[in-house]
Amino acid sequence: MKPIDFHLHRPTTLAEAIALLAEHGDDAKVLAGGQSLLPLLNFRLARPEHVVDLGRLTTLRTTRRTTDGLTLGAMVTYARAEASRAVAEDAPLLAAALPFVAHKPVRARGTVGGSIAHGDPAAELPAVIRALDAVMVAAGPRGVRRIPAAEFFVGNLVTALEVDEILTGIDVARPARGTGAAFTEVGRRQGDFALVGAGAQVTVADGVVVDVRIALTGIAGVPHRATEAETLLTGVPPADLDLDAAADATRAVIAPSGDLHATADYRRDVAGVLLGRVVATAVERATGHAHRAA
Amino acid sequence: MGSTHEVTVDVNGRSRRATVAARTSLADFLRDELNLTGTHLGCEHGVCGACTVLLNGTPVRSCIMLAAQADGESVTTIEGLSDEHGNLNPVQEAFCRSHALQCGFCTPGMVLAVQSLVDTVEEPTREDIDEAIGGNICRCTGYVQIREAARSAVEEARCARAATGAGGAR
Repeated sequence: MKPIDFHLHRPTTLAEAIALLAEHGDDAKVLAGGQSLLPLLNFRLARPEHVVDLGRLTTLRTTRRTTDGLTLGAMVTYARAEASRAVAEDAPLLAAALPFVAHKPVRARGTVGGSIAHGDPAAELPAVIRALDAVMVAAGPRGVRRIPAAEFFVGNLVTALEVDEILTGIDVARPARGTGAAFTEVGRRQGDFALVGAGAQVTVADGVVVDVRIALTGIAGVPHRATEAETLLTGVPPADLDLDAAADATRAVIAPSGDLHATADYRRDVAGVLLGRVVATAVERATGHAHRAA
Repeated sequence: MGSTHEVTVDVNGRSRRATVAARTSLADFLRDELNLTGTHLGCEHGVCGACTVLLNGTPVRSCIMLAAQADGESVTTIEGLSDEHGNLNPVQEAFCRSHALQCGFCTPGMVLAVQSLVDTVEEPTREDIDEAIGGNICRCTGYVQIREAARSAVEEARCARAATGAGGAR
């Protein structure tokens, strides 16, 4: 199908873009890379009167390293982020997840900020950003707001962004030395939205796991951070990690829904299996040693 | 009524100016305005890959990109691969040689996906080939012959580079 007729705005400054959103409010949608919005427009699931394209805001396309970590511009494409050494070093979990996002042609256009602002709980980036406790930087008529990931993802495709706010960047804190990360997913076809995805970033210092962050996709209405498993794994020497117990702890608290593609029980079970695998791989990458089951 | 936009797009090496409606996709612009109907439209939501074109040399889905977003950019469609006499280019020849098509609907997208691989990766692995065509759906061939065409095109590009002593893929 084809989209309804709409007015396209292609502002060249952030101030202009914010003014357009302030003017059109609920009747406007923000266009980033378009890899989620254009399908919604084509199906007429989204019927905005105004579309504000951020494509000309070149300032949102830069990745900057700061003293504490990384500021990713919202309009940085997946492909750019995937090729970035700064992302690989400062946000290894994000780097591990990026190759799992759709297919190359989608990664060439789709943007980091677009995925996060879309807030799909089945997508890789919102889950990873949630687990990394990244901070979303939003600009609007009332100024700039910094929104922690824990408060950003409100519901299925619903975020804390107001209708007149634009996500401009994402701040990710640099992990300590001795950090490794891994991501994997299970789906029917490579490149599709996965049934379940899991990512882990683990920091090992002085022979114990000092920081674990676990992200799960596809098992809840919002991107899930598996804090219940993280608690069990923190403070434990890598060789003594009980990954089965961590997996079971997560299975006990998640409530995935079933559909045509997979039952709820299957998703719950797979979430635990993938959780164990990504933690084991992340530990291995953090320490340089293969993880042995306790 | 929605807005309209003046665009200038380099299509297959030729600068094309037009006025497009905001909602016009790049695919519809190519097909309906420029009569470049080699770009096929399958699903119209970015899943099937039939509408793949090269945007500044990189494969993108032209059904989920607005024509207005292509203003100032360079687009290569399947029509841009053969020469002015209609002679097929090496990737297209590899598809013929390998019997890598049946109905032909997915072929323009497949060829452009493989063209980008040949242009950008010097020694692609089997995994690179699968990744390159992974976003394109074919319902006829079962992919075996398409993989073979890609492998053949990659091999031929390698031989051509060796013969001319060229510096390799960009």
